[in-house]
Amino acid sequence: MPKLTINNIEVEVPAGATILDAAKKLDMKIPTLCYLEGCKPVGACRVCLVEVKGFKDPVTACSMPVSEGMHVFTNTREIRKARKSVVELLLSEHDGDCQVCDRNNDCELQKLAGDLGITRVPYPGEKAKRHFDVSTPALVRDSAKCINCRRCIQVCGQIQGVGSLFPQGRGYETYIGPAFCHPLSEVTCVQCGQCAAICPVGAISERDQVEEVWEALDDPDKFVIVQTAPAIRAALGECFDNPPGTLVTGKMTTALRNIGFDAVFDTNFTADLTILEEGTELLTRLKKALVDKDRKVALPMFTSCSPGWINYAESFYPEILDNLSTCKSPQQMFGAVAKTYYAQKIGKDPKDIVVVSIMPCTAKKFEAQRPEMAASGVTDVDIVLTTRELGKMIKQAGIDFNSLPDSEMDAPLGISTGAADIFANTGGVMEAALRTVYEIVTGKDFPFPKLHVTPVAGLEGVKEASVKLTGLLPEWSFLEGVEVKVAVAHGLSNAKKVIEKIKSGEAEYHFVEVMCCPGGCIGGGGQPRFTDNNTRLARIEAIYREDEGRKLRKSHQNPAVQELYKEFLKEPLGKMSHKLLHTHYKAKERV
Amino acid sequence: MDKECCTCTCGAEVPESELFARLDETLNEYHGKPGNLIPILQIAQVLFGYLPEKVLKYISKDLNIPYSEVAGVVSFYSFFSTHPRGKYLIRVCLGTACYVRGGKEVLNSLKKILKIDVGETTEDRLFSLEVGRCFGACGLAPVILVNEKVHQRVKPSKIADLLAEYKSSEDTEGELQ
Repeated sequence: MPKLTINNIEVEVPAGATILDAAKKLDMKIPTLCYLEGCKPVGACRVCLVEVKGFKDPVTACSMPVSEGMHVFTNTREIRKARKSVVELLLSEHDGDCQVCDRNNDCELQKLAGDLGITRVPYPGEKAKRHFDVSTPALVRDSAKCINCRRCIQVCGQIQGVGSLFPQGRGYETYIGPAFCHPLSEVTCVQCGQCAAICPVGAISERDQVEEVWEALDDPDKFVIVQTAPAIRAALGECFDNPPGTLVTGKMTTALRNIGFDAVFDTNFTADLTILEEGTELLTRLKKALVDKDRKVALPMFTSCSPGWINYAESFYPEILDNLSTCKSPQQMFGAVAKTYYAQKIGKDPKDIVVVSIMPCTAKKFEAQRPEMAASGVTDVDIVLTTRELGKMIKQAGIDFNSLPDSEMDAPLGISTGAADIFANTGGVMEAALRTVYEIVTGKDFPFPKLHVTPVAGLEGVKEASVKLTGLLPEWSFLEGVEVKVAVAHGLSNAKKVIEKIKSGEAEYHFVEVMCCPGGCIGGGGQPRFTDNNTRLARIEAIYREDEGRKLRKSHQNPAVQELYKEFLKEPLGKMSHKLLHTHYKAKERV
Repeated sequence: MDKECCTCTCGAEVPESELFARLDETLNEYHGKPGNLIPILQIAQVLFGYLPEKVLKYISKDLNIPYSEVAGVVSFYSFFSTHPRGKYLIRVCLGTACYVRGGKEVLNSLKKILKIDVGETTEDRLFSLEVGRCFGACGLAPVILVNEKVHQRVKPSKIADLLAEYKSSEDTEGELQ
């Protein structure tokens, strides 16, 4: 382990660590605009310059490996001057309309300029060319704000394995975007929004739909209801300066009511419903394979809650589409149930109901507008806002979020169990499914301590577990002794690893959970910036806390879901479920 | 590569399926070799005369390199073209030496006479116009390249004559190379 000093303080780090890693260990802050945890450093922004004794020129801390006896200085006159010049040059090209920018007060470049004491831009000159790309339902891009840091390229290529973006052209004309500067809609993009989540400036954001929600709320003829995804409650607080992992379920509910929604509901309700449908689907597939010896049944079954993952599978692995659960995502199940079952209950025409979703996700905006998502006869989910957009909406309404009292969600679509909460975390859908499937087939309590399937929890990219089924109820005896093997992947490059392992025969599973974004939905592309692993872990922990604090923690115990089946759907995978809650997938050409 | 070049710029029409078959051979030959993208693109450009999107998408899929990255490489190097080119490709150097010695004026004169812009091809498919950044002949500045031939100390006023020579060589079926 090489030893070095930074600002005369000694530190020891593993060989291969960079100066930036060493500084982090000492809690010393070196600014950077291009560094991205878990990716190969690119040294593109030049902001992390430091001085190393014996070196003629400053070096970039993010890409410079440490060596034994190195003496690093981060705060010399030369370094302050160099960093300032670098940022001044970035500002000279950057089309900064800060006060009216989507990233006002949430911009890393703006903050850094302030931190470095830059009060004017001494190099007036040509600005980067403006191309607006509004071609997709989820994301908007503005090249005039791009500072060519390449974080989006790293996250899209290395973390997600999609590679929609790359520098096009060269020199001053370099444009970060899809092939030949085509609109994003013309190339393969899964709409996950990880690029928007890590963009340091206002170059990539979600399509802002806040105004559409205000319009619906102001329309006296519309009955506007809202659903909130499980991951929102562990992250929304960050929009109001709370530390990551602050649970704000009660305050969020009050805020939504104060904003003016006619009913405040929970995507958790349909997360529970998903478990009953998906769990039954898994058991049906297993029965077909094991009892009926049906060779056509596709196993392993993959989860289908994550629309970014669905987009990825449709483009990159069309051969596994039969393996995807036919269950719609909880967001879409909610829309379909709200505009049929709930509409009947309150005596409203589904045309007069507006369903708004609050999602940690940008791909949900894409999912909601898929033409097949109109099982109720009208568009099931009308408007999708990200966590960040909800944060803005609360601010626009002049609500002092942190001093709000807690309140409860409305019945019946606001009633849920702890199993639904954990849908937010990687491994959570798997755990929730296992809690229910195990109890259905054994009639016994789920035997895991605190109900957690620890091997599939946490930030490891690919996780595996197995559950042996013994002492089964008579109708499930065909599964007696079967060891159910499961795998969990998050981040699409990890999903790819699992699929390749299955295809090569290296691994065999019955059930695989894939969440598109690293950490699961808590790390979604629509979550408050900035999401690193510490933030992910804090949100994951908060979600488990939420689950553990519940009386009911298994989806099949949800009384409102039980009532929905009794009154309306009749049975999982029944005719009504098939119509409202299930979907199909289409192979797409990869570009 | 020179042989391939002759077969493909002589004007004889080769069916597209044949071109793709030859591209497949190249892809097989370079399969798994690190840094194979650029040589493959170079050969593809010789085969097809330019790099159509269809070919680039084909290469991207075969090499499992994102299309955005293939496009990024193609758009980075001025020697790659995504547009069909004329029989004579004129590259005007605008590197520092050529620029200060009147490269820009040479370019403007070419644009005016050929009635095309940079990146375009004349209607008779005879001339294409591109800009280059230094051909390593700074002592002869300003220079232009017509296919492989370097023309040195080019004067804007002499451009018309130069082009006329190429045109007349067409009429007599000869090559000026």
